[in-house]
Amino acid sequence: MATPAMPEVQEKTLSRREAIVGDLRAIVPGEGVVDATNSMRAFENDGLTAYRQLPLVVVLPETVDQVSRVLAYCHENEIRVVPRGSGTSLSGGALPLEDAVLLVMSRFNQVLEIDYDNRAVRAQPGVTNLGITTAVQDEGFYYAPDPSSQIACSIGGNVAENSGGVHCLKYGLTTNNLLGLEMVLVTGEVIRLGGKHLDSEGYDFLALMTGSEGLLGVVTEVTVRILKRPETARALLIGFPSSEAGGQCVADIIAAGIIPGGMEMMDKPAIAAAEDFVKAGYPLDVEALLIVELDGCVEEVDHLIDVVERIAAKNGSTTCRISMSDEERATFWAGRKAAFPAVGRISPDYYCMDGTIPRKELPRVLARMRELSGHYGLRVANVFHAGDGNLHPLILYDANEPGELERAEEFGADILKLCVEVGGVLTGEHGVGVEKRDLMGTMFNETDLDQQMRVKCAFDDKHLLNPGKVFPQLRRCAEMGRMHIHRGQMPFPDIPRF
Amino acid sequence: MNDAAAKVEEAGHTFRPETEEQVRDAVSWAVSEQTPLAVRGHGSKAAIGRPVQAANTLDLSALSGMTLYEPEELVLSAKAGTPVAELHALLAENYQEFAFEPMDYGPLLGGEAGRGTLGGLFSANLAGPRRIRNGAARDHVLGIRAVTGRGDIVKSGGRVVKNVTGYDLSKGLAGAWGTLAVATELTFKVLPRAESETTLVLLGLDDAQACEVMALAMGSVAEVSAAAHLPETVRRSFVGGVLSASATVLRIDGFAPSVEARFERLAAIFKALRVEWLNAETSRQLWREVRDVKPYADGTARPIWRVSTAPASAHAFVMALRMEAGVDAFYDWQGGLVWMRMESDPEAELVRRHLSANGGGHATLVRADPAIRAAVPVFQPQPAALHALSKRLKAQFDPTGVLEPGRMVADI
Repeated sequence: MATPAMPEVQEKTLSRREAIVGDLRAIVPGEGVVDATNSMRAFENDGLTAYRQLPLVVVLPETVDQVSRVLAYCHENEIRVVPRGSGTSLSGGALPLEDAVLLVMSRFNQVLEIDYDNRAVRAQPGVTNLGITTAVQDEGFYYAPDPSSQIACSIGGNVAENSGGVHCLKYGLTTNNLLGLEMVLVTGEVIRLGGKHLDSEGYDFLALMTGSEGLLGVVTEVTVRILKRPETARALLIGFPSSEAGGQCVADIIAAGIIPGGMEMMDKPAIAAAEDFVKAGYPLDVEALLIVELDGCVEEVDHLIDVVERIAAKNGSTTCRISMSDEERATFWAGRKAAFPAVGRISPDYYCMDGTIPRKELPRVLARMRELSGHYGLRVANVFHAGDGNLHPLILYDANEPGELERAEEFGADILKLCVEVGGVLTGEHGVGVEKRDLMGTMFNETDLDQQMRVKCAFDDKHLLNPGKVFPQLRRCAEMGRMHIHRGQMPFPDIPRF
Repeated sequence: MNDAAAKVEEAGHTFRPETEEQVRDAVSWAVSEQTPLAVRGHGSKAAIGRPVQAANTLDLSALSGMTLYEPEELVLSAKAGTPVAELHALLAENYQEFAFEPMDYGPLLGGEAGRGTLGGLFSANLAGPRRIRNGAARDHVLGIRAVTGRGDIVKSGGRVVKNVTGYDLSKGLAGAWGTLAVATELTFKVLPRAESETTLVLLGLDDAQACEVMALAMGSVAEVSAAAHLPETVRRSFVGGVLSASATVLRIDGFAPSVEARFERLAAIFKALRVEWLNAETSRQLWREVRDVKPYADGTARPIWRVSTAPASAHAFVMALRMEAGVDAFYDWQGGLVWMRMESDPEAELVRRHLSANGGGHATLVRADPAIRAAVPVFQPQPAALHALSKRLKAQFDPTGVLEPGRMVADI
C-alpha cells in the first residue's frame, strides 16, 4: 500500500544521525537505544501493517526523567518524535518516520497503585488494558473499556486513541473512565492533570489529550476508574430476516429504556465467515444477527431478558437463543470476537474500516455498501456496534491481484464518505492516524481544521510530535496565529440590542 | 483609550444575536474594537468567577430552540441559548433525561431556580449527584458549534457517541466558562430516566465513618447511583427535616425489580447500622436538594467552596481545616465533592493548603462578594507549566482576549 505523503524529511536530522544516537545513549543508557536496522524492524509498522517505515532510531526510556530529557533534547535540536505504546493502532498512528525518534513506552509496565476506596488504579502507560483488570479482578473489580486488542494494547495507547470496545454504550469510552494523567510536553516539562478527584480545575486538558493520537504530549502515568464487576451477565442471540428488522429491534430496545452492556450486529457474510471459523452455532439463514448482552443484578438481568425477547419477537426475529450459562454466553460472543480473523480465512487480505453512523441509517448504508461492493467487484462483510452506531466493514481483497488493493482503498474511502454524508463520522475508535488523514476534509472545513491545529500549536508549536498524522497538511503555527487587527475595521454589527 | 472606545464603554452595548452569524459579527466587532465581551445566557451563573471588566455583553438568550431530538437515537441538539428547563421538560415527555443531573446554581447564588441555558450548562460543565457514576456535562456532549475569539465559526464532534475524528474540542471547551469560544449549538447524548428509585439512609455516622461506608457502597454490586453524607449541621435542611440524625444517603435507581433487589443487597451490607429508607418521591426531592446545595442557599453572600477531591480522604481534609477555620460542610460524590460554607473569610490559602495535604484536588470559590472574588483566586491556581499551557491555549482561541478575560485566571 502506498504510504500517503509524509512531511518533507529533515536532511539535517538524517545527516546527524550518529551524533543524535550518541546523545540519546547518554540519556538512556544500556539497551534503551536501538539503532541497528535488524532490531528496528520490529518497530517499522503498527497494526496497520500495510504501511512500513524504519525510524531514525528507537528509544525505550525507563523513567519519567529520561522521557523528559529525550523530549527536551529533541525539542532543542528540532528532531521529530513519534510516540508508541504497544503498536496496535489500526490507523498508522504509531507509524515511524524516517527522520523521527521512535519513543517506545513499553518499559513503563508497572501498576503503581490500586486504591479500592477511591476506585482508582494508577499505572504506567505501558501496562496493557487487560493488565489493569487483571490487577483488580481478585477483588471483583474491572476496567470497563475493552477494545478487542485488550490483551496487547497499552493503557497509554488507549488514552492516545480514546479506545472504546463493545461495552462503551453503557460504560463509556476511555475519556469517560480516565481520572488523571502525568505527561511530558515536547519541551520536557512534566505536568499532572486530574488525579483521584473529578473534573478539571481549569481547562479540560484531559479531554484534549484523550484521542490526541500522540500529537500533544507523551503520557507517563495514567489514573483510571475501576468498577465493581456486575453480578451476572446473560446474552441473547437473535436472528432477523433483514437488517431493517434487526435495526428496528435495536431502536425498540433503546426506546424501552434499556441500555445493554453490549449490543452487536453482524451481516450475512460476517455470520457465515464467523460460523465457518469457530462453529458458534450461529444461524446461517438469517440476514442479520444481533447479540444483546445484559448485565447487572440477577433480578434485573432476568427481567430485561424477557423484555428484549418480546421486542425481538415483535420485530419478526426468526431465531432467539438465551444464554443459560457463562459458557454459553461466551459461545455467542466467540464468533463475533473472532470476526476479523474469520474473515481473514476466507480472503487473502482484508481492510477493516471504522465509521460511525446514526443507527437509523444502517439499512440505507448497508444497501449502498452492497452497490459499492458490486461497483468495485470486492466483497464486504459487516460487523456493527449496534448500540452506538460504530460500523466495521471488512473489505475482502487480494493484494497479489494487481489493482485490488487500490480498489479496496477507494472502496473504503467511499464508505467513510458515506458515513459522513448520513450524519456520521470518519472514525469511531480506530483513530485518524495516517490512514484517514486525507479524508479529514470530508468532515471538517478549513476553519475547523485550522482551529484544531491551533490546539496543537499550544502544545507543540514546532510540529515535532508525530507530524504527518491526523492533519492533512502541516501549517506553521506562526502563520496560523496571525491576526491583523485594525480598530474600526468592522462595521458596528447589525444585531438586535438593548 | 481613544474616543470611539471611550464612547463604547460608556454606552455598554448588549448584543442579542438570533443567529450564529450574528454571534460571529459581534465577536469580530469586539476584536476589531479591542473591547472585551461578557458572554451570557440567562446570567444565572454570572456571579461565578473573577469579576470581568467588560463594557459590552453578548446575550445569547435569543439564540434559542431545539434543533434535533431523536429519542430512539438518544441524541438532542439545541442552540446555546435554549433554556435548560425547556429541555428537561421535553426529555421528560419521552421518559429521558440528561443523565449527569445538571445542578441549578440559581438558589445558591441568590437567584431564582429553574433558570439557565444549555450553553451555560456546558460552559460551567455542570453535573449533579450522579457525577460519580455517569459523568458530567463534558461526558455527554457529542458535538459543538462555536464562535472562537478570532471570530471564526467552528464545529467539532458530531451527533454520534463513538467518534475519535480529530481533537475532542467538544469536551475540551466544556467548563471553560466562555473564555475560549462562544458555543452556539450543542449536541448531547440523552438517556432513559430511571423507572424507579429509592434511597437508603444510614443514621448517626460521623464524617469519617460515612466516608468508609460510602466507599463500601460504591464498591458493591448494588450499583449505587449517588452517595452523600449530610452531617448533623445540615440534615434539617433536607426533605422537610425528616432526617432524624446525621444521614449517609445512598441512592439506587433503575428498573423496579432491580431497584428492589439491589436495595436488599445494600441493606444487607449495613444491617448492623441504623437503616431507614425513602420512597421514590422523597428520594427525588432529597437528591434535588443535595444537587442544588439547599443548606447553603441561605440568601447570604457568605463564601461557598466547591471542593473536588479524592473521596476517601475528604473527611480528613475537612477535619484538618476545622482546626483552623470556621467551616460548615457536607459531602456528595462519595465524599469527592465537598460543599463548604465559611463563617466570614474565605480562607483561600488555608483551604488549598489543607486540600493539597489531604488527598489533593481543586477548590473553587463559587460564592463570595465581588470584591473578594477580585482579590482571591476563585479557581484553583495551577503549577507554572500548566498555567503557561492554559495561557497558550487561550491565545490560540482568543488571541486578543475579548471573551470573558480574567474570569477564570487574572492573566488568562
